[in-house]
Amino acid sequence: MKKDQTIGEVLRERGISRRSFLKFCASTASLMALPPSMIPVIAATLEKARRPSVIWLSFQECTGCTESITRSDSSTLEDLIFNVISLDYHHTLQACAGHFAEHIREQVIKDNAGKYILIVDGSIPVKDGGVYSTIAGMSNEQILKETAAHAAAIVAVGTCSAYGGIPKADPNPTGAVSVSDLIKDKPIVNVPGCPPIPNVITGVLVQFLTFGLPELDALGRPKAFYGQSIHDRCYRRPFYDKGLFADSFDDEGARKGWCLYKLGCKGPTTYNACATEKWNFGTSFPIQAGHPCLGCSEPDFWDAGSFYSALSTPTENIGKTAIYATAGGLLAGAAIGGVLRARKQAAVKAHQRVTIDDLDKES
Amino acid sequence: MTDAEFLLWVRGPAFNIALFIMLAGIVVRFMEILLMGRKTNLAEARGSEMAGGLNTIWRRTLPDADTFRRSGFTIIAGNVFHIGLFVVIFLFVPHILVFERLFGVSWAGLPSNIVDATTVVTIVALLAVLVHRVKDPVLRMLSNFSDYLAWLVTILPLITGWLAFNRVGLSGSTLIGLHILSVELLMVLFPFTKLSHAFTLVLARWYNGAIAGYKGVQS
Repeated sequence: MKKDQTIGEVLRERGISRRSFLKFCASTASLMALPPSMIPVIAATLEKARRPSVIWLSFQECTGCTESITRSDSSTLEDLIFNVISLDYHHTLQACAGHFAEHIREQVIKDNAGKYILIVDGSIPVKDGGVYSTIAGMSNEQILKETAAHAAAIVAVGTCSAYGGIPKADPNPTGAVSVSDLIKDKPIVNVPGCPPIPNVITGVLVQFLTFGLPELDALGRPKAFYGQSIHDRCYRRPFYDKGLFADSFDDEGARKGWCLYKLGCKGPTTYNACATEKWNFGTSFPIQAGHPCLGCSEPDFWDAGSFYSALSTPTENIGKTAIYATAGGLLAGAAIGGVLRARKQAAVKAHQRVTIDDLDKES
Repeated sequence: MTDAEFLLWVRGPAFNIALFIMLAGIVVRFMEILLMGRKTNLAEARGSEMAGGLNTIWRRTLPDADTFRRSGFTIIAGNVFHIGLFVVIFLFVPHILVFERLFGVSWAGLPSNIVDATTVVTIVALLAVLVHRVKDPVLRMLSNFSDYLAWLVTILPLITGWLAFNRVGLSGSTLIGLHILSVELLMVLFPFTKLSHAFTLVLARWYNGAIAGYKGVQS
């Protein structure tokens, strides 16, 4: 496969039929909620597009994001995408290691300056000079800045690279930060999730290749995939509307598949495509499996109170507050009441009695 | 401050502060009233203070015919928004969960979309009483800043709650955060404005009824 081939040329060379390709374009359009009229546009654009070089950097992460995107590889459609980008550097997936691997990264940067896509998963530790995660003797921050300097755009895959994620959770011992905390002069597309949905990761890449930088929300996420809350697209939403809730994980409501709000579901505050796109080839997603949404595609989800307390409830010990408030109120009330009572008694004492004789005197 | 931090703050420290001020404020107001006491009535009792007091607490809830003829609009709109507030505050399941955390008791809620519709009716009724207050020359003259402030902090949680429920304009976290914050504003001002009538009305009615009951006359 030559480096400067178009995607169409690669597909023809690999014997992938036009029909399969159009099916892929149709599912991509559907994924992005685009009308059928856009399918030919996607097909035409993708066919003519050059295979972009991609550098994938992994920092403080658990490899869950890579696990996720490799799941999309088992689908023929996603396989197309994997073969039409040139994934030139990826710790987990690359065959080479050591100096040779680093040499490839440097070479890709040199050969494709200003044209390659940089994908990052994992947060970047900046505390103590970034000693908590180093690769080939360089801190994550150094590698990121060096690689980002010549990238066309950056895709931050996973909540760790998008918002700091679990490494940033309190007390954040490594001083973990997100990509956008360090890089300010490049377009950054955040694809959060712990991990993100495989089809969403590939969908964002297709969207980027087809239409350029996607439209982003306030948190830098593509609106096509993160435009709606889990709650609004949840198949259990009608139970919320009817006031039917599971009270525990094993009661009648849970068995009947009622709304999981009382069990701490973060669906109303979480924006992602889980409820529509689902996981494992559209099989299920956490809420369908009977567990509340954790809100993993939102910043600071790990520190946003218990996963199992409802969104409307206070996070602190309000019983104690109530006791202190009542005690404080009784003390203050007694003091204020005492002062008022004393004033009243003083007023009564100071009151001059007026008799009929006094009135006569005045007249 | 991110959306998540904001939501966490209003659900945590801010709620604690608001709850402390509200509860302590209510206790202080009760103590103030009770410690002031009443002047001993030296006249011979001609009826029961208890019966008169309890009777008046209940009877003042129902408008008499004359008052209704004179202030029909105020009574209808007032009842609509008070009943609406009761439904929205006490019968919406996410709110019941807060009371459960506070008092340890729970009760059945209404379907969420019925509460949603009730919220709209309550907002309309509150807007109507505001228009009435502004348009009526006597009411306008009697109204001061505190009256408008009480109205504002009452309608704000309804508006922000409706926006949060329907997720209009901002992100879910921000809308729920703003809603809880508006409730906290209401909680802080609750004991120190005319909103305190929610708990002082029982004492006020009791005193009126008990005085009349002692004299053996109808309150």
